[in-house]
Amino acid sequence: MEKLIQKYNDKLFKHGLTERDEPLIGTLDAEIIWNKTNKTTNILEKLFKTLNINSIIFSEPAEPYKTIIEYLTKTSSGIIYPEDCETRTFLHELPYTKNFDVQTITNILKERKSLIIPGHGIITFGTVSPEQAFVTFSSVCFAVYIKFFSDYLEHKKHRTITNEEEKTFNKIALMINPYPEFSFSLMKGPFSKEKVYKALNEAGKITVKSKLVDSYFGNISYLIDNIIYISQTGSSLDELDGYIDTCPIDNSSCAGITASSELSAHKQIYLDTDNTAILHGHPKFSVILSMDCNQQNMCKYKNQCHTKCPYKRFVNDIPIVPGEVGTGPYGLYKTIPSAIKGKRGVIVYGHGAFTACKKDFNEAFNNLLSIEKMCKQEYFKRANI
Amino acid sequence: MFGWCGKILKIDLNSKKYDILNPDINILKKYIGGKGLAGYYLKDHITLNWHDPDMPLIFFTGPLVNTISPTSGRMTIMSKSPLTGTIGDSSVGGSFGFSLKKAGFDGIIITGKSFDPCGIEINNKNITFTNASSLSDLTVNEINNLIRDKGSTAAVGPAAENGVLFSNIVIDNHYFAGRNGLGLLFSSKGLKYITVKGTEKTKIYNKESLKKARQDIFRLTFASPVLMGELGISNFGTAALYDLIDNRRMMPTDNFRKTHFNNACLMNAHIYKKKFNPKKQGCLGCHILCKYITEDGSSIPEFETMSHFSALINNNNISVVMEANKICNEMGMDTISAGATIACYIEILNKKLSGSDIISILKKIGYAKGIGNELRKGAFRFAESKGKSESAITVKKLELPAYDPRGALGMALAYATSTRGGCHLRSYPISHEILRKPVSTDRFAFSGKARIIKIQEDLNAIIDSLTACKFIFFAATLEEFSKVYTSITGIETSAQDLLKIGERIYYNERIMNSLNGFTKKDDDLPSRFFKYPGTSGNNIDIPPINRTEFIKTLENYYKIRGLDINGIPTKEKSKELELEWKN
Repeated sequence: MEKLIQKYNDKLFKHGLTERDEPLIGTLDAEIIWNKTNKTTNILEKLFKTLNINSIIFSEPAEPYKTIIEYLTKTSSGIIYPEDCETRTFLHELPYTKNFDVQTITNILKERKSLIIPGHGIITFGTVSPEQAFVTFSSVCFAVYIKFFSDYLEHKKHRTITNEEEKTFNKIALMINPYPEFSFSLMKGPFSKEKVYKALNEAGKITVKSKLVDSYFGNISYLIDNIIYISQTGSSLDELDGYIDTCPIDNSSCAGITASSELSAHKQIYLDTDNTAILHGHPKFSVILSMDCNQQNMCKYKNQCHTKCPYKRFVNDIPIVPGEVGTGPYGLYKTIPSAIKGKRGVIVYGHGAFTACKKDFNEAFNNLLSIEKMCKQEYFKRANI
Repeated sequence: MFGWCGKILKIDLNSKKYDILNPDINILKKYIGGKGLAGYYLKDHITLNWHDPDMPLIFFTGPLVNTISPTSGRMTIMSKSPLTGTIGDSSVGGSFGFSLKKAGFDGIIITGKSFDPCGIEINNKNITFTNASSLSDLTVNEINNLIRDKGSTAAVGPAAENGVLFSNIVIDNHYFAGRNGLGLLFSSKGLKYITVKGTEKTKIYNKESLKKARQDIFRLTFASPVLMGELGISNFGTAALYDLIDNRRMMPTDNFRKTHFNNACLMNAHIYKKKFNPKKQGCLGCHILCKYITEDGSSIPEFETMSHFSALINNNNISVVMEANKICNEMGMDTISAGATIACYIEILNKKLSGSDIISILKKIGYAKGIGNELRKGAFRFAESKGKSESAITVKKLELPAYDPRGALGMALAYATSTRGGCHLRSYPISHEILRKPVSTDRFAFSGKARIIKIQEDLNAIIDSLTACKFIFFAATLEEFSKVYTSITGIETSAQDLLKIGERIYYNERIMNSLNGFTKKDDDLPSRFFKYPGTSGNNIDIPPINRTEFIKTLENYYKIRGLDINGIPTKEKSKELELEWKN
C-alpha cells in the first residue's frame, strides 16, 4: 500500500490537481498508514472507524480548482450540481460542508463519493484502492471546472453575471496556461502487431502531457487486420503498458471484455469509415462549448440534451452530437460514426472529443489539440473577452 | 408497509399446516431480507443435523423484489448444507421471488417432514398440499412441464432423491440454487416441488425517486463493458469470462494441476453462440439478461460449467460440455461440484476419460449407481475414502469453481474465508483483480486484500439481502442502491449504513459456523496451491502461493473482521453488531 500512496501523491501533483506533497493519503488494511501525520490525520483516522473504506485522500486542490471551489461553494446551497457526463454518470452531485467535524463528514461520505470543505480541501475515499479516491478527486476537479466556465458563459449571455463571478473569472483566466506546442512527430504508421503497443503508449502519454485529458478520462485504439487494439477500461492513458486489450472485430474472442467502455463506438467508427486510429479525450473547453446552446430554453428536450438533442450543432466545422457512454439506447456508438465521416473530429455533448485518422496518431493527436484550441478561442469570443 | 409484505409463510410438513408470521419492523430493518432474514431465522436451529425434521428450509425475498428496481428478481434459499456442514445458502434468479411477493409473502420457512412425497402450491393466500408420488424419478424438466401452469416453480430432480450431496433446487427449470446440496435437504423433507403465483403489488414509498435511482443505475450498467459491453455477459452470458480467465493464466486445468487450457480458444463463448444460436433470457426484473437458451430448451453453460467440463477434466469436445450441462440440470445437481468431483476421480484413476465416459458417470452420479454412488458424496469424501485427500480441491468440502487462486491472491483468501466453503461469490475479488471494477488491484499481491475481502463480503451479503444481482455491482454501487431502498421502503439510509448491515449478516454466518465447530483450520486452501506453480506463459508468471503471506493475510482478516486468532466470533464484536453471541 505504501507504493500506491506514493504513486497517487505524485499523480495528483503531476496532473495539476494539488500542490506537490500537499495531499494527505491514508490506507487501512490491518493497520492505518498515512503518507504524513498532522492534526488532520487524527480527524480523518476516525473516518476509518465509522466507514467501511480502505483509503482516503484529503487535499486542498491546486489552482484554478481552489478558487473555483471557493466561488461555487459560496454561491450554491449545500450541493453543487455540475452537468457534465462524468458527474451525471458517476458522481451524481458534489456535496460540500463548512463544518470540518467528523460527524458531518461521516454523514455526507456515507452517501456520496466526495466531500468538499471550502477553505480546507476535498475528501475522497476508496473501498478497494487509493486509486478510487484519486479518480474521484480528479473527477471533482474536472466537474467544477466545467461547471464554472459553463455557468459563466450562460450568465454572460443572459447578462446575469455578478461582480463576484466576474472577479473570480478574471482571476481564473489568468491561471489558464496555453496549450503546449509540439514540433516533433509521433511514430509513423501503419503499425505492425509488434509496434502498435509502443505507438498506443506514445500517443496516450502525449495526450496526457498536453492536458487534453486527465489520465482516466479517455481511450485510444488502433485497427490491424480486423483486430482492435484498445486501452482497457479505467486505464490511464499515460500508463498503458500492459493495459491494451485485443478485440477481434467479429467478436470471436471475449478476452477483451475488460476493454474500454467505448469499444462499441470505436468499432462502429472502424466499420463505417476507413480510419485505423482513434483517440478520445476530455479536453475541457471542448466539453464546455458542447454545452453552450442557444436553443436550450425553448427546446422540448431541455435537460435531455445529452441524449435527445434534435439539432445539428457545430463548433465551426466540428459536429456536436448527443450520446451516453457505452451501449445503452442513447449510446454514442450510434451518434459518432456517421458524424465523424469527413470531419477532423466530433465532440460529444458534455463529455469529450473523438478524433480518427487513417495511418497513425499524428493526425488524431493534432486534431484533438487543434479542436481544443479552437474551442478555447471560441469560448472567449462568445464570452466577449 | 412499504417494500415488505410483512408476512412470512411458516409451513409444517409433519402436520401439513401453515401459519403466518408478522415480523417486527425492527427485525426487517436489521436484516433486510434474503440472506439476512434467512440467517436470522436459521440461527437458533443451526446445530441440528441437516436431515433433522426441525431443521428449517428457508426462502426469502427482499424489499426490492416485485418492484422496478433493476435486477430485483432474486431470492435466497438457506439451510444447513448437507455437503459442507456450514450454513448453506444460494442466491437464485428466475421469477420465484417475484411471484412469492405477489402472493403476499416475504418468505417461506418450512420445517417437518412429509410421509409421502408432496408438493406445495401457493396461489395468493391459498396454500395447498398435494401428493407428488407420481413425480418420483422424473427429471426436473419433466416435472416442470407438469407443474409450470401453476406459477413459478421450485423443484428437485433424481439427484436429490438419490442422495447426491451437491443436488440443487431448480427454479423455473433454468435457475439453480446450487453449491450446498440444498436440493437434498428439500427432498429429505418429502418435498418434490413448490409452485407460487399471486396478484399483489409491492407498495412503493416514492415512485418518482425510485425512477430516478433506477435511471442512474441503468446509465451505469450501459457504461459497463463487463455487463452490457460488446463482449460482455449481456451479449454472451457468463461464458464471456472463458477467454479472459484462460488468457490471464488462471483457468483450472487437469484438476488444478495446470492453469492454462490449450483448447480454450476453440471452446469459447463465440463458438457456443455460433454453433447453438441461443436466445437471450434472464431473471424477471433484469435488463442485463445473461441467460442463453437454445431452441430445444437447453441452457448454454455458465462460465464455471464451461470451464470445469472442458479444462478441468481435459475434455476438448464442446458437445460433451453441452450434454454434461444438460444432464446436471435435468438431474438437478451442481455443475461445479459435479465437474470437480469427476476431475478428482480422473486424477485418482490416473486415466483420461472419453466424452461418453463423462456422460455415463454423470448419469451414474444422478442415480447413485456404481461409481456414481461413491462420487455423489463429492470430491472430498471420495478422495478421502481412497486415501488421496490431496486430490480433492475443496475448501470446507466444497469444490472450488473456475478461478485458480494462484492467479488472483484475493480470490485465494476469499475461498478460505467464505462461510459456505470454496465459493467465488462471497467476495468475488475477480471484479477488481481481473475485471478492473471498481478499479484494478494487483492480483499477485496480498497487500491490502484482507480489508478488501472483508468489505466485499459485507457488500455481497447486503446485495443478497435486498435482494439484487451481484453482477450489477460491476457497474452500480450501494450509493445508487441505497436510494432505491429508501425510495421503496421510506427508510432513510446510506451506502455505508447498508454496508454495516451487511457486516452484521456476514458475522451472523460466522457465528453459526463456529457453533458447528468451524475454526481457523477450516479457513484454508488445498496444499497443492502452496506447493506447485500454475502454468506460466504469455509473459505471466504463476508461482505457488506464499503460505507465510497467506497466513499473515488471513490473520489480518480475522483482526479486521473482529474474530479471535482462531477465527471465532467474539462477544464484543457481536455486541457491537447487535447480534446474540453464542459459543
